[in-house]
Amino acid sequence: MTDTAENRTALRLSAVSFAWRGKVPFRIEIPALDVPSGEKLVLLGESGSGKSTLLSLICGILSPDQGTISIAGHDLAAMRGRARDRFRAEQIGVIFQQFNLLPFATPLDNVLLPLQFARQRRARLTDPRAEAMRLCAQLGLAEGLIRHARAADLSVGQQQRVAVARALIGSPALIVADEPTSALDAAAQSAFLDLLFAQAGAAGSTLIMVTHDNRLADRFDRVLNLQDIAQITHQAAA
Amino acid sequence: MMLLRLAVASLLARWITVGLTIFAIALSVALFLGVEKTRTGARESFADTISNTDLIMGARSGSVQLLLYSVFRIGNATNNITWQTFEDIASRPEVAWIVPISLGDSHRGFRVMGTTDAYFERYKYRGGRALAFARGGPFADLFDAVIGADVAAQLNYKIGDPIVVAHGLASFTEHDDKPFRVAGILAKTGTPVDRTVMVSLEAIEAIHVDWKGGARSGPAISAEAVRQMDLNPQAITAAMIGVKSRLQVFALQRAINEYPQEPLLAILPGVALQELWGIVGIAETALIGVSAMVIATALLGMAAMIFSGLNERRREMAIFRAVGAGPQVIAAMLVIEAVLLTLAGIVLGVALLYTGLWVARPYIDAAYGLYLPITGLTGREFYVLASVLGASALVALVPAVRAYRLSVADGMTVRI
Repeated sequence: MTDTAENRTALRLSAVSFAWRGKVPFRIEIPALDVPSGEKLVLLGESGSGKSTLLSLICGILSPDQGTISIAGHDLAAMRGRARDRFRAEQIGVIFQQFNLLPFATPLDNVLLPLQFARQRRARLTDPRAEAMRLCAQLGLAEGLIRHARAADLSVGQQQRVAVARALIGSPALIVADEPTSALDAAAQSAFLDLLFAQAGAAGSTLIMVTHDNRLADRFDRVLNLQDIAQITHQAAA
Repeated sequence: MMLLRLAVASLLARWITVGLTIFAIALSVALFLGVEKTRTGARESFADTISNTDLIMGARSGSVQLLLYSVFRIGNATNNITWQTFEDIASRPEVAWIVPISLGDSHRGFRVMGTTDAYFERYKYRGGRALAFARGGPFADLFDAVIGADVAAQLNYKIGDPIVVAHGLASFTEHDDKPFRVAGILAKTGTPVDRTVMVSLEAIEAIHVDWKGGARSGPAISAEAVRQMDLNPQAITAAMIGVKSRLQVFALQRAINEYPQEPLLAILPGVALQELWGIVGIAETALIGVSAMVIATALLGMAAMIFSGLNERRREMAIFRAVGAGPQVIAAMLVIEAVLLTLAGIVLGVALLYTGLWVARPYIDAAYGLYLPITGLTGREFYVLASVLGASALVALVPAVRAYRLSVADGMTVRI
């Protein structure tokens, strides 16, 4: 975080290569990807285009076989497993397609969950509960619902908004969203993006969203097709 | 702290399977503690049955056998002691007191014991407590009987009721020509005395005066006529002895064991009891082993329950991974879950134990003459419960390792 030039790049992938050595061998190669800090980037790709693998690489759940992935100037490959988990907790907020929440916990506990693993994110907040309530209020979630309902009792749209609050709490540098709108209808999708952009902007977080739905693409700063930046090879076929 | 709260919430969300698992653990813990409490209770109860008696003398047989038939009314004597021998031993200088007892007859399933009035003074139980009469008193007439508290309660006898003694222990021939009268009812002691009908030695002699070798012989002699006869006992079954000085116990024991005229055996009740525990110990160990197995089964059931739930919870694990929890956190949470479950099972099991003891105590007392004291958990029992808790963490490692592997393989994406 010392170098300001590095600071302006939220995410950088260079010469990354990763292969699944499973029953269905599969290799993904990403020569280069730079995401400036504060950018709202959408990656378009059909299923099977390596979306999940790319997200897992960015989040440090998977380690590339070759190349480097750095987030806010920190090389993920240089970290060991536990440090990478902690780094993910501190730097990245994740929003899934659906089933984002622990069903047995209250939405409030779900929002506060990342702070259990991210000391710096918690340190940024004087009162984590108040911040969680504020975020939820901004996202249009009623206070009684957040405090007392179980996450499983929420509608899908409400669950996705709780997931946004969880991703944003404590202002992580990077928000990674994996088709967060696919479970919503068209009107709700647009409203959801409005909220997501507003809150990510307020937190100063970079947003990377992966989707197959190009109707939403024009609302982002930059649109990339996954097949333009990544090469997939199925070695079994070769 | 929050993770602990989430673990509890996760358990509550699965309350049916979790509840059944907790109940299985609780039952196994209650069973184990129940065996333990019954075991120690039985030991205490046995040890409390006789006190302040230095030696028990009988015909030569096994020391455990002598203890069992003379004190616990279990089993039978192989042989009698002649009255001559009894008087010989009684006159020895070491003997402070001696109480003869004569067994062999019964009354409606309860044993009849011939003895002397001295029995009511000399027999002591539970650390020196003496027998007390709830109603009536000792023998005043030849055909007077004193009955224990359970005999009175079960047969609903009052002072003055007639009693007919049957010959032998399970016999249809009765001494119905010479009925007894209830002269006294003893207060409850929690010992085999409660289940005994006591009559005088002379009365035992009187009812057998026209008997020989287990059958009536010769002309019948009426109850009135027998009063005129010499009723000095011919033989007794055993005798309880107190010595003047504790130091003389072993000398007297040796003298009795080496008595030249008749093969005799003298035992120290405490030593014979230890010998009995040596035998019973095998069964105790087996019982403890079985209940330990039941606990192990319950814990394995819990591990299986957690294990089988893992697949449905892969989503949950992916969420934890996404917010920055390492796979070791996920594994640790499963271990915490198992320990919480087991802790709940232990608490419920202890509650079950004490409720069970409280409810079952009167029945056990009535059926087996075993008065189980309700005592707190002993150090040994706490140690066992702590081991159960430790074992639960250990067996939880199986699903925990699996969860660790799953969460490493799945990462944030679950392909279901």
